Amino acid sequence: MAAMLKVKIWRGAEAGQFQEYEVPRLESQTVLDVVTYVQRRLDPSLAYRFACRVGVCGSCAMTVNGVSRWTCRTHVSKVAADDHLEIAPLRNLPVIRDLATDMREFFDKWAKARGQFTGSQTRKDEFAAVKPESKERKRVDAAIECIGCGVCYSSCEVVTWKPDYLGPAALSRAWTLVNDVRDVAQQERLAAVAGDAGCHACHTHLNCTERCPKGISPTAGIAGLKRAVLKATLKGEI
Amino acid sequence: MKNDYRARNHPAYWAFLTHRISGVLLTLFLPLHFWALGNALHGEAKLESFLRWSDQPLVKFGEWALVLLLAAHMAGGVRLLMLEFLDWRDWSKTLLAGAAGVSVAVALLFLLNLA
Amino acid sequence: MRGEANVRAQVLLWGAQRISAMVLALCVVVRLITIIYAVRNGLSAAEILGRTRGSFAWGGFYALFVAAVAVHAPIGVRNILAEMGWRGRGVDILMLLLGLTLAMWGWRAVWAVVA
Repeated sequence: MAAMLKVKIWRGAEAGQFQEYEVPRLESQTVLDVVTYVQRRLDPSLAYRFACRVGVCGSCAMTVNGVSRWTCRTHVSKVAADDHLEIAPLRNLPVIRDLATDMREFFDKWAKARGQFTGSQTRKDEFAAVKPESKERKRVDAAIECIGCGVCYSSCEVVTWKPDYLGPAALSRAWTLVNDVRDVAQQERLAAVAGDAGCHACHTHLNCTERCPKGISPTAGIAGLKRAVLKATLKGEI
Repeated sequence: MKNDYRARNHPAYWAFLTHRISGVLLTLFLPLHFWALGNALHGEAKLESFLRWSDQPLVKFGEWALVLLLAAHMAGGVRLLMLEFLDWRDWSKTLLAGAAGVSVAVALLFLLNLA
Repeated sequence: MRGEANVRAQVLLWGAQRISAMVLALCVVVRLITIIYAVRNGLSAAEILGRTRGSFAWGGFYALFVAAVAVHAPIGVRNILAEMGWRGRGVDILMLLLGLTLAMWGWRAVWAVVA
């Protein structure tokens, strides 16, 4: 372990350049620690986002040595074998400044993919009984821990090619709701995620599955949507 | 901003590239293949003379490459169909290895039979 | 978007490509086995035509094979073009023509070796 890390950080918006900093190397140091050190000690004008520091909030994702990652739980020792770090904003999203991206489109697409739960019961009704071992409940479990960090969206090649593609996170959310037996807006949801801007644009590159820090496979959910939408289309529901 | 090769450098992405490149090349080759077989319309001799032309080493190498492309596109395609149509398991890497293995095996078998 | 096929058509195209892929997977396996078997003692027109001429089984098999290719390849090329930013009615018509050309040329070749 060298005494100092050589860190290149993106400065500027879409147009900009990398600036180099030297940061003391510490035991158990995370990439977020490095960025915070730069902002507090070397250059207070550096813009970046974080909140919880423990992998819950999903706000600190960046591109580290070319790969999208959650920085609060990425140890420097894991990604900077030669003591060099290159830290850039997430891809496929407009850069506001330095390491902060505009995530509006990312979240708007969740809404577009009908990522909201629509129930039919009221508080006066009985609890819905969903068996933990049912197929649907297990599929919900597979993707329910998404923290909305944007790593999958930033890693997805299809988003780069087709900017109107809904992307892995929004589609994975839709699949979770498709498997929510209490939801009553299934037909509209399947229509919302169908076709070339929806699930059928996915090429199973598995970039999202490879990079998701929570170990979720959006590709699996998208495959489920492809089948469900095809079935609904053949039945004439779409 | 866009990703560079570092974000894409993993086996499933290589599999995608293989599938896309082999698909495009096969599509380009098909009209040629159909034209060659269509030669038989003008009699057996015409087809025979084409086949003798194709005995050249370079053409044979091309044929071998096409067999490899076909096998790779087929095996990679079956992998995709399984990932898309069967319920998900943690087998995406196993399937990949299987697809690569099948492609190589077919190409080798073809070579052995040529000799 | 203007000039683009509607969502229902997009889904059906996706489905058609997958179903044709399933047919092709089977066809290609048979095809590869035939190739590897046929090249053992070198290719000759007499051997090929001896196998195919007058055979309803081979004729039907290859006719189905060609049909599946003519569905499968243009949809794939259309996706690639769309990802390069080339979409709309013009592309769709071009792809339809590609499919028809593949089918016609392919069936002509089948006719040439079977009839």
